[in-house]
Amino acid sequence: MRGGTRGTTFGSLMPDFGREWMRKVLVTLAVAFGVYVALQVLMLTGVLNLYWQQIIQLACIVTISALGLNLIYGFTGQFSLGHAAFYGIGAYTAAFITRTWPASGYFGFVLGLIAGTALAGLIALLIGLPILRLRSDYLGIATLGFGIIMKVVFDNLNFLGGSRGMTGIAGYTRFAWVFFLGLAAVVVLRNLIYSSTGRALLSIREDEIAAEAIGVNTTRYKTLGFVVGCCFAGLAGGLYAHLYKFLHPSNFDFLKSIDVLLVVVLGGLGSMSGTVIAAVAWTFLLEGLRVVLPPEILDWRLVIYPLLLIIVMLLRPKGLFGGREFRFLIPREPGARGQEPGIRGQESGSGKE
Amino acid sequence: MTVLETQRLSRFFGGLKAVSNFNLRLQEHELVGLIGPNGAGKTTVFNLITGMYAPSEGGVSFLEREIGGLRPYLIAQRGIARTFQNIRLFKDLSVLDNVRIAYHFRTRAGFFPSVFRLPAFSREEKTIRDHAREMLETVELESRKSELARNLPYGEQRRLEIARALVSSPRLLLLDEPAAGMNPFEAGQLMELITFVRERFKLTILMIEHQMRVVMGICERVVVMDFGETIAEGRPEQVQSDPNVIEAYLGRE
Repeated sequence: MRGGTRGTTFGSLMPDFGREWMRKVLVTLAVAFGVYVALQVLMLTGVLNLYWQQIIQLACIVTISALGLNLIYGFTGQFSLGHAAFYGIGAYTAAFITRTWPASGYFGFVLGLIAGTALAGLIALLIGLPILRLRSDYLGIATLGFGIIMKVVFDNLNFLGGSRGMTGIAGYTRFAWVFFLGLAAVVVLRNLIYSSTGRALLSIREDEIAAEAIGVNTTRYKTLGFVVGCCFAGLAGGLYAHLYKFLHPSNFDFLKSIDVLLVVVLGGLGSMSGTVIAAVAWTFLLEGLRVVLPPEILDWRLVIYPLLLIIVMLLRPKGLFGGREFRFLIPREPGARGQEPGIRGQESGSGKE
Repeated sequence: MTVLETQRLSRFFGGLKAVSNFNLRLQEHELVGLIGPNGAGKTTVFNLITGMYAPSEGGVSFLEREIGGLRPYLIAQRGIARTFQNIRLFKDLSVLDNVRIAYHFRTRAGFFPSVFRLPAFSREEKTIRDHAREMLETVELESRKSELARNLPYGEQRRLEIARALVSSPRLLLLDEPAAGMNPFEAGQLMELITFVRERFKLTILMIEHQMRVVMGICERVVVMDFGETIAEGRPEQVQSDPNVIEAYLGRE
C-alpha cells in the first residue's frame, strides 16, 4: 500500500491520490487564487485601467483557445488551420443566446457558453469524421477550407448580423470568469494528457502506423483530440463575445487561425506551459506595441510578429518550451515508486544541448 | 490448434503481384521463419495479416475466425502483434510510455475518468504500469524506463519494440527482420530472448529474417518466398538444400 491512502476518507468519488496529492492541489489552488486576488486588487484600485483589464482578459481567452489547438496539433499531431472557425461558432452561439433571452442574465451567459462549447464540439465531430482520415498537409488544407466556409456563413447569416457584425451583446465576461475557466482548461488538458487516453493521443502524433499496430483506434482518438480541442475554442469564443460585445466575421477568418497557430508553435508543440506563456506574451505584445510605438510606425508592428517568429524558429526550432513543462504541471503517477520524472522523460530529454 | 491460416492470399499493386496464392498454416506454439530474396513479398504478407493492406484475393483467419480486411487496430486487439523492419518506436516518448501505450486497449477508463481523476483512473494506471514494468524487466530495459526511446542504442530499441508488442499478451507475434543490423553477439542474445518469450508467453511466432544463422538456429519450419509465391517449405536443413531455394538466392548455373 502507498503511504497516502488516508485521502480516501473523502468518499469514493474523490480522486484517490493520497495526502501528498491533496497538499499539492491545495498549494496550486492557493497560488492560483493568490495571483487572482493580486490582479483583481490592481484592477479594482485602478492601477490597471480598463484597457489593460481587457487585455489581461483577452490573454486568458487566447490561452484557452491556444490550449485547444495545442491538443489538436501539438499533442495529437493533426494540423488544423481552421481553429478560428470554431472560436467563431462558440462566439456567435453564445452571443445569440444571451441576445435572444436578455432577461436571463448570468444564467443565459452560462447557458450560452455551454451551448457555444457544445456546438463547436458537435460541428468538429461532424467534419472531423470525414477529414481526419487525411494526413498532415491535406488535413491542413481541408480545415482551411472549412474555416473559409464558416467565414462566408457568418458573413451571410442575417440573424447573426451578417457582414455588418453583431452588436448589442451584453458584457458579462469578467476577470474571474476568464481566469478560472483558463485555469480549468489547463487542469483538464493536463489530466487528459497525463493519462492512458492522453498517451494514445501522443502515440498518433509519434507514429500513426505503429499506434494502429498496437491496437489504438486512431480514427477514434484523432476525433477525440479534435473535438475536445475545438470545444476549448468554442468556450474561448463565448467569453470573447461577451468581453468585446461586438462580433464581426473578420474576427474569425483564416488569419485569426494563423494567430493561434503562431502562439502554439512559439510556445512549443506539445507544451502546455509554453502555450500559456506564449499566449499571454503574444496578447501583451500585440496590444502593448500599440501603446508604446509612435503612431507613424504603428502599422509596422504587423511586421514585428513575423520577424519574431522567424527569430524564434532560428534560435529555438521546437518553440520556447520544446515539449517540456513546468514541474507543477506534471502529475505524480499513481502506483509509481517514489519520485520519477514525468511521463515524457523530460529529465533525460534534449534539454541540456 | 491452428492459430493462423491464410488461404490463397494475394495482393496486387497494379499489375504487380506482390503476393499471390500464399497459403500458410501456423499451429499453436510454432516458430516459423519466412525467408526469401529482397522484394519476394515477405513484408507484404505481414502487412496483409496485420490489416495494413486489404487482401486483393483470398483470406486470413486467426484462431479460426476470418480477419481479412479488418482495420489494423482491431486485428491487434484480437491478439496479433508485430514489429517493423525499420523500427517504429514512439521516439519522443519515454521507454515506459512506449510500452504503456500498447496496453491501452485492454483498459476501459476513458476520457471522463481521466479528466476528473476518478478512482477507476488511478486503478487502471496502476495496472498498466505494473504490466509495463514486468515487460520491461523481461527484456531487461527496466533501468532505462525514463529514457526517451530515441536515445537508446539500436539493439535496445529492437528489444523495446518486442516488449511493446508483447505487453498486451498477444497469441501471435510477427517479427520483421528482428536481427537486422545486429552483430553476431547481439543476434545471439536476440535468439535467446525470442526463445524465452515464446516459452514464457506461450507464443506462436512468424519471423522474417535474412541472417541465416538466426533462422537456422531457432526456426522449426521455414517458408521460402520468391516473386510473391511460396517456392519451398520444410525443416531448415531440408530447405537449405532445396534446388529451388538455391536458384532463387544464387541463380542457375
